[in-house]
Formats: sequence, structure tokens, C-alpha cells
Amino acid sequence: MQAAITLEQLEFGWTADQPLLSIQSLQVARGERVFLQGASGSGKSTLLNLIGGVLEPQKGAVHLLDVSLHALNKSRRDHFRADHIGFVFQMFNLLPYLNVLDNVALPCRFSRARRDKAQLRDGSVEAAAQRLLDHLELSDSKLLQRPVTELSMGQQQRVAVARALIGSPEILIADEPTSALDVANRDRFLELLLSECAQEQTTLLFVSHDPGLQSHFDRVENLTQLNGVTTAEEAQ
Amino acid sequence: MILLQLTAKSLWHRRFTALLTLFTIAVSVMLLLGVEKVRTETRNSFANTLSGTDLVVGARSGQIQLLLYSVFRIGDATSNISWETYQKVSKQRQVAWTVPISLGDSHRGYRVLGTTQDYFRHYKYGNKRPLVLAQGVQFSGLYDVVLGAEVADKLGYKLGDKIVVSHGMGSTSFAKHDDKPFTVVGILERTGTPVDRTLHLSLEALEAIHIDWKAGTRIPGQTVSAEEAAKLELQPEQITAFLVGMKSKVATFQLQRVINSYRKEPLLAIIPGVALQQLWDMVGIAEKALLLVSAFVVVAGLVGMLTVILTSLNERRRELAILRSVGARAWQILLLLTLESALLTLMGIGLGILLLYGGIAVAQPILESQMGVFVPLSPLSLYQWKLLSLVAVCGILVGLIPGYRAYRYSVADGMTIRI
Repeated sequence: MQAAITLEQLEFGWTADQPLLSIQSLQVARGERVFLQGASGSGKSTLLNLIGGVLEPQKGAVHLLDVSLHALNKSRRDHFRADHIGFVFQMFNLLPYLNVLDNVALPCRFSRARRDKAQLRDGSVEAAAQRLLDHLELSDSKLLQRPVTELSMGQQQRVAVARALIGSPEILIADEPTSALDVANRDRFLELLLSECAQEQTTLLFVSHDPGLQSHFDRVENLTQLNGVTTAEEAQ
Repeated sequence: MILLQLTAKSLWHRRFTALLTLFTIAVSVMLLLGVEKVRTETRNSFANTLSGTDLVVGARSGQIQLLLYSVFRIGDATSNISWETYQKVSKQRQVAWTVPISLGDSHRGYRVLGTTQDYFRHYKYGNKRPLVLAQGVQFSGLYDVVLGAEVADKLGYKLGDKIVVSHGMGSTSFAKHDDKPFTVVGILERTGTPVDRTLHLSLEALEAIHIDWKAGTRIPGQTVSAEEAAKLELQPEQITAFLVGMKSKVATFQLQRVINSYRKEPLLAIIPGVALQQLWDMVGIAEKALLLVSAFVVVAGLVGMLTVILTSLNERRRELAILRSVGARAWQILLLLTLESALLTLMGIGLGILLLYGGIAVAQPILESQMGVFVPLSPLSLYQWKLLSLVAVCGILVGLIPGYRAYRYSVADGMTIRI
């Protein structure tokens, strides 16, 4: 089994004597859908920035798709992220001045690899965006013409998923994407996200503080247990 | 390319503040170009007023005062000079020609200038261009008058019209020489100099209309009709000033010294080029100050843009994080913000140029009639392009400030969205 994400002896802190995050080992296989549970302050954002190659660890290594981020320079890391990782954030994922289609197509404007893949698969970037939006139940053409700021939160999050998946990146990282949704919307959103990831064979790393979502996933990891550093909150 | 599109769409999204910023820059650019243009045109029309004349001679007063009343028809002479002295100077060996000038009367606000036909032969302006008649002929009869282009244009006179000269200045002077009307025999072509605003007639005519006058009013009970006056001896006793052309330029300074130290009458001879330069230096300070002020207006415009962009940056941290997450590199974030101010500056410059030409088209007749400065709709000068490039470079450099800040933000925030 090939690994999508491998963390080894990872250590990070803003200052050398105060480590924030220390992970012995974490591996996510390709196509796996992993739920990473972590309370706020457990180093979630830091971990995501480390995996995204925006931050560099003091010790240890991050391997993505068997490539060591350590071996790449900053600009190559940016390229690598653009080509292979899609992101969905907590809320307000969309650029307010672009329409829905342009928002979805955005990664293809920054990554040639994803544009080529989208074109190869659907003929054009627009067709790829349209197909993903259809799958995520956003096919209403009236809806697509409206400014993204007028969409409901649930709709916005689904547009964000379409954007993260366009051009078939190998890895999708979702950072609390359901925290702004109500329960009914949340379950529907998860269902669509998971089925789309399954269809695209995308590795999903889903980060959330909410243990109630665990049941949807293949595997559950707990960041608080993984992290060797005792956080201030826990010490109290 | 994607960055330019994003910048354009982002600006359009914030079009209200973007337009205000754009307008601020456009107005400041218009002001800068406009001041520079008026400055250049004023200087040109200034330097072009008189050429080919080596000396201007009048009663002793200030150099600039003499220049103002003899050439620019501004202000009045303190006193006249005698015909006898004029004749004496004309007969000097080195003198090629002289043209007498007599001022004092007016017609509906325009100055009346008494002279001889030599005026049309020797008066030159611009690059030694002579006066040309657009219509008609030079004055030859006693009651003939030749109009400057603007006088004819503004007052709607054509050849053959009768006009009456008023005593002294002011458009509503009550003292009119209405017993001796003049006939328009010629209209000069436009020169862009004070000649356009002058009525020309002969020295004898001035004598004739003042023959029954004394101390600014008619002598009561004594009237001399136009026909009777024509028969009298009309040799003037005094003139206001005269222009001198030399046979050899070298002798100019020598003659100037002789005239300035003339014992019998207090005279002043000036070299028009030198006096024009002196006058320009005086006026030029104000013009330079104006240019400096408009440069500061441009600085204020750019600082305003910087403020608007920096203020928006905090709200846009989220946008920057999203762009990072979809694959934008940190340098692209820097470029994105720099492009924004570059785009605003360039569009501001474009709009400023449009405003300038629109403004000139509207203000052209007003400037010409009120200030006597003709501002043509000519293409921008090299200097103006240099100014514009400077503004553009400054705008882009200013854009590096929010660009660098956005870069710092996006490096620090990464893909962490901060609300």
C-alpha cells in the first residue's frame, strides 16, 4: 500500500525550547479517509500548515506521496501543494469577487498539472467544474449566477469541496468544514464529501474537534494522543 | 495573467472605494499636467511676444514697467518722450530702423496704439514672424484703423465698420472722441501676442482727435471737425516709447548706454530679451510654486491610495489565505497587491489625461480671452511624459508596501484563516 501522508519524528515550535507539536509517526494510506480529532489548541492548524509545506518542521520529516517536502525548496513546495492537495476550510472559503464557476476553477489557474488533469478527464476546466458541482447537488444554473456571498453556508462549503477536488488532487485536507453547518446540513455535506472522495479515490484527512463525526470514517486518529507535547490547556 | 484578472475582479468588487481612489489620482495627475502645460504655454507666448527688436526706449522708469506698457499694454507710462529726442535717436548711425508708439486711448477696453506704417514692417513676434493682414490693408488715410485679431473677433467688426475711440482707459469711458470716427481698413492675423488686443492707427490720427482737447477733456466752445483737423499740421510733439532695430547687434549695448545717460531728457533703453527673461523669472517663481503644489497633490493622491489598500488588507487576510491554499505562491501574493496599485495608478493617469484634454477644451476660450494665453490641444510633451512615468513608478513603488505586508501576512498565516 502506497502512503499518501507520512509524518516521521515530527517536531515543531515557534521557538526551539518550546515545542508545540511532536508526532512520533502518522501514516495515511492512499485512498484512505482519516478522521483526525483534536480540540482547539491541540496544534491542528500548525499540523495542516506543516503538511501543506507552508511551515517547516525543526526536526523530522513530512512525506507526501513518497516525496519528502524537506527536499523541496519553498517554491517547489508551493508547486507541489498546488498540484496535489485540495483544501476546505471552516467557513468563508470562497473569494467574494468571483462567481461560483470561477471559484471552483481557481486551482486550475495556479496549477498546470490540475488543469491538464481536468481537461483530460472532462474536456475543459469548466466542464470539470460543472460535473463536480452537479455531483454536489449544485446544478441549478440560477444558483451559479448569483454572487457567492448570497449562497447559504452549506452551499458555500459544497462549492469549496468542488474546488478542492477539481483537477483530481491526490489529497484533500478538510479543516473543520462542518462547524458552521447545522446537523441536517452537516450529515448531507459529509455524505456528499465522502462519496465524492471515494469516487475520485482521493485521500481525505478530515480534521475536527467533534467526535460525533467519527462514525463516517475508515479510521480515527486523536491529535491530542499523537502529540507528545503537553499543551497548556491539558496541564491545568 | 490570472493575477491581473484577480486584481481587476477584486477591484471591481470594491469598485466604490476603487473609483474614489482612481478619481483622486486622476485629478492630481490632471492638475500636474495642466499646471505644467499652462506654464509652458505661458512661457512660450511670453518669449514670443517680441522678436527682432534690439531696444525699447521710453521715459525713465523701471525696466519691467517699460516692457509691460510698451509691449504687453499693461499699465501706463509715467511720462512721454519728446518727438525731438525720438528723431535724434533715429538718426544715429548704428540704427537701422525705429518705430514710434503712442498709447493712452482705448476702444471698449482694448488699447489704441498710434504708430507709423513702419510698425507693420518691423514688428516681429515668435521666430521673427512679421505681422500679416488677414483682411484689408494697412492704414493710410488719417481716420483709418487696423484691428488686432481678437478685437475684430470679440467685437464683431469687419472691414468698413465705423468705430469711435475713447479717451483714456476703461470700457465705459464717457469721454469719447465721437466727433472723429474711424474706419476699419485692415484686420491682422492672430499672433497670440498683445497685438491681437490692440487697435492700430497713425500718430497723426491721435493728434487729430486730441486737437481740441486739453487735460483729458474737451476745450469748451472749441470744436474742430474731422475735415478741418485733417488740414492742420499734425506733427506729434510727444510719443510714449519707440522700438529700435540695430544695423549691428554689437552696437546695441553702446547705444543703450548713450540713451540711458542722455542729459536733456530722462530716458530708459531696455533690451527686450533681457527684460522678458527678468519678468519671466519674477512670474516664474509663482509658476514653479504651483508646479510644486501640484506635485504634492499627486503625493497626497498616492498616499491616499496607499491608505485605502493598507486598510483593506486586514479584511483581505482571509482572501490571501484562500489564494495560498489554492496554490498561489508567496511572491504571487506580493505581485497581486502591487498590481492593484499599479493598475489604479495607470488608470488614474489615463483618466487624468482625459480630464486634462476635456478641461483644456472647455477652458481654452476662457484662458485665451481672460489671460491671453492660447493653450493648444497638443500632444503631451516629453517632459510631461517624464512626469507621468515618474508618477507611474511612484505608484508601483507605493504598491510594494502593501505587497510586502501581504507577503509577510501570507508567510505568517499560511493557510490558517484568521477571522
